[in-house]
Parts: sequence; structure tokens; C-alpha cells
Amino acid sequence: MNRTIVRLTAQGMLGGRRLWLLGALALLLVVIAVATRLLAPVSEADAAALLRAVAFSTFLPLFGLIVGTGAIAPEIDDGSIVHLLAKPVSRHTIVQSKLLVAVGAVVALAVVPTMLAAAVLGAGPRTVLAFGAGALAAGAVYSVLFLLLTIVTRHAVIIGLVYALIWESLVGSFVPGARNLSVQQWALSVTESIAPSGLVTADVGLGLAYGLIVGGFVAATWYAGSRLNALTLTSEE
Amino acid sequence: MATLTIDTCSRWFGNVVAVNDVTMSIGPGITGLLGPNGAGKSTLINMLAGFLPPSAGAVTLDGAATWKNPEVYRALGIVTEREATYDFLTGRQLVVASAELHGLPDAGAAAQRALETVAMQQAQDRKIGEYSKGMKQRVKMASALVHDPQVLLLDEPFNGMDPRQRLHLIELLRRMGAEGRTVLFSSHILEEVEQLAHQIEVVVAGRYAASGDYREIRRLMTDRPHQYTIASSDDRALASALVADASTAGVSLEDGVLRVQAREFLRFAELLPRVARDADVRLFEVSPADESLESVFSYLVEN
Repeated sequence: MNRTIVRLTAQGMLGGRRLWLLGALALLLVVIAVATRLLAPVSEADAAALLRAVAFSTFLPLFGLIVGTGAIAPEIDDGSIVHLLAKPVSRHTIVQSKLLVAVGAVVALAVVPTMLAAAVLGAGPRTVLAFGAGALAAGAVYSVLFLLLTIVTRHAVIIGLVYALIWESLVGSFVPGARNLSVQQWALSVTESIAPSGLVTADVGLGLAYGLIVGGFVAATWYAGSRLNALTLTSEE
Repeated sequence: MATLTIDTCSRWFGNVVAVNDVTMSIGPGITGLLGPNGAGKSTLINMLAGFLPPSAGAVTLDGAATWKNPEVYRALGIVTEREATYDFLTGRQLVVASAELHGLPDAGAAAQRALETVAMQQAQDRKIGEYSKGMKQRVKMASALVHDPQVLLLDEPFNGMDPRQRLHLIELLRRMGAEGRTVLFSSHILEEVEQLAHQIEVVVAGRYAASGDYREIRRLMTDRPHQYTIASSDDRALASALVADASTAGVSLEDGVLRVQAREFLRFAELLPRVARDADVRLFEVSPADESLESVFSYLVEN
């Protein structure tokens, strides 16, 4: 971890329009919760179903995509990444520092609003905590996956959107086996393990889910560092 | 004392060969990398800077590979041609961040020194996004110099500079060269390189073309066959008089235009007026037909 890189990343990522976009997304989630609560009576099961559909299926992948790519994509695109690369700093340190900022943004602007939405919908403390833990797991894994994708390919946003929209929602609903490779299912499994029983069901076993979340996070972080080490910079010549 | 070495190095991008079997060694003092646009200068500098692996061959700084070796940046300062920096920082913040990333004990003081070196103290607290192109170049320079590197690489550093900034940079690079540092800069303008570099390496179309001090390069560039188109009072008489001299390599008279191929520049410059006078022909116009830098460079490659 390097404090200077954390500072530069936070300033670059959260300064300007991206922060407004993320804030608006977070606000939208809470507004949906408030509106639902005001318009109709909500049971805890309804609350869970709503959070699952809105927060886990749509909001978290999108949020992870924005912060994961936002932590490094602009610098790679415009070439200002040379300021970090031309320094005697390990590429793994660069990735870890950027990831810290992305996960920090996930906690502040995705995990907290998800918990807030759960509370607004009238969920009990355990359910609120369960969804918070699930959101953290999903947000952290999405962040590192999209950060890695940005280093590997210039089409990270397209691929990320395809993954989030097609894989997570469509393929998962038709091909049960694909759910094992769905970050959303891993996160739901975490939520299931904490929430009151029967409230949330996930298709991936808890042990496997925890293994994939932690293992995937660590492996993707390491791999992103080694890919950054091999990132080539060319000029327009 | 630091030496950059490029050893039988090639770099290709798909089917395009950007650098073709180049070998050169760059020692202390100022070296100019001269070549037309698209000659592979930036590719060479990117490989020296450790931003690009050679497809074949090796690029080393004092024996250590520059690719995948962040430790080389302790001795290496790099100013790239691309303009982008962190526009949301002030000039001073950028240089301080550089100093911190180098792990310097007193980042603030080091940044102050570097900003003074490039004369940017006045504007240091303004956002980089508000800087002019020349100011951006200078603050990037300060950021590259903050750790007092033994080796400095600059890609087209004079692009977009006004004459005053140019003079200032020339003075700065001269000082660094005199201190025994290894300075390499690229340019496509001979005069620029001539003015500053004690050693010139010429690359054309990805290949090594020539090297030497500026006198040798200048001689290579002027002592080559020149082509002229000539308009005179009697082209036919002038043509027959010119072809008799050994310094004329060829004469053609087509569509009323007289073209002369001269073997040597200086000798022909002296010959033409004498021959014209003796033949009683008046010269209206003598113009060189192929003075573009590209033709000069391609001549160098052919030899």
C-alpha cells in the first residue's frame, strides 16, 4: 500500500463527475426504498426480494464497474499512468493502493446505502447486516475484477457491461451451472448465511462461495499487479 | 556514470517493424536521437524507458534490463511526449507526489529544488489543467528531475516550446550533460540536435543510419548527390556544358525543364556559375529539388 497512490487515485476517481454519478446511484437506491415503503406495506420477505433484484442484480455490478474501471482506466487511456510507472514502486503496490480506494468507495457509496435501504424497508438488524455483508462481498469482487479487466483490455467497460447484464441476469437464469460463476450468487450466499433462515436463498454453497470470494479477490489482485508490470506504453507515433 | 545499451534490438507491432536490429550505446553527456517522424525514435525511447519490451535483443541500463524492472527508475528520469498529466493537481502537488513515490526523505524540499530548476515557482500553485503546453512540459520535467537522476530521457522535448523556453531547456540540458549525466533526447530537426548534442545517432525507418558528432552528420548530409531544377536563357547549351564536368552525375531536359544531378554539393555550387558564364548563359533560377529531410535521411540509409 502506498499513501501517495491512494491519495492520487482518490482525487482522480472521486473528484469531478464520477463522484456525482456514484452519489446519484446511491441516492436512487435509497429513494426506491423510501418510495416502496410509502406506497405499499412491505414484509421482510418483500424487502429481501426487492434488495436482491435492485441492489444485487443491478446496482452493485454497475457500481463495481464504475469504481473498478475508474480507479485506473482514465490514466491508462490518456497515458498519465507513466507518472506512476516511472517510479521505483512495485506494480502490486500500485494495484493494491488503487483497489483500496475502489473498495473504500464501495463501502461508503454502495454498502452503506444498501444497508440504509434495507433499514428503510423495515428489515430487522440481522437482515440489514446480512445485506451489508453481501453487498461488501459483491462490491469488492466486482471492483477487483473490473480493475483487472481494465489493465488487460481496452474494452473493459463493454465486457463488464456484457458480464453484468447478460451473464449475471440472463445466463444465470437459464443455465443453473453458470450460477457457480456468478459473483451475485456468491454474495447472496454470504447474505443467506447471516440473514434469518428462509429469507434469502442462494444457489452456491456457503463454503464454496466464501472460497471463491476470498480466493478470487486475492488471485485477481495478484494477477492485476503482474499484468500491470507487463503493461506496454506506446506513443501515437 | 551511467550507460544505456541497446543491443541488436528489434521491435515489431504485428506486421509493422518499428525498430529494426538497432545497436547503440549511450554514455554520459548529451546524445541526440535524430530521425524523421515515424522513424522509430519514440519506440526506442519507450524501450529504453522500460515501457515496452524489445521483440528481440536487449535494452539495459548499466547491465540491468529496463523492462519489468521498476528499480531502474531510481537512476532514470523520463519526459514523454504525451501531454497528459494529472490535471486536477497543482504543479507543486504533482512534483511532491513524484518525490514521495521515489521515497525521498524530504519530498517538499526536493520538489522545491526541481521546480526552481525549471523556473516554475511562480505557477506552482495553479492547477496543471490551466497550464500552457510549455508549462506542462516544464512541470513534467521537474517531476522527472526530482530524484536527481543519473540518466534523463526526453521524447521530442522541444515540441511546442517558444524560443525562450527552448533556450532555457537547452541551458538546463547542457548543465546536466556537463555534470556527467547521461542525457538522451529525440528530435526530427537537425539544427536542434546540432546545437545541443555532442553525439548524434540517426535512425531512419526503424534502422540505425549514422552516428557521430554534429560535424560528421552535417558533412554526411551536405556531401550527397543533390538534384536541382534550373531555368536559364539557354537550357540546352547549359546542359551540354554541365555534362562535361565530372561533378555532374546526370542531366535531363524534359518538357523544357532542366534537371541536374550533382555528385557533390560544394563542387557543384562552384561549378555551375563558372560553366554558365563560360557558355554565356544567364541563370534565372536554381532550386534544389529534394531538400526534404526525408530525402536526406533516405540517402543516409542507402549508404
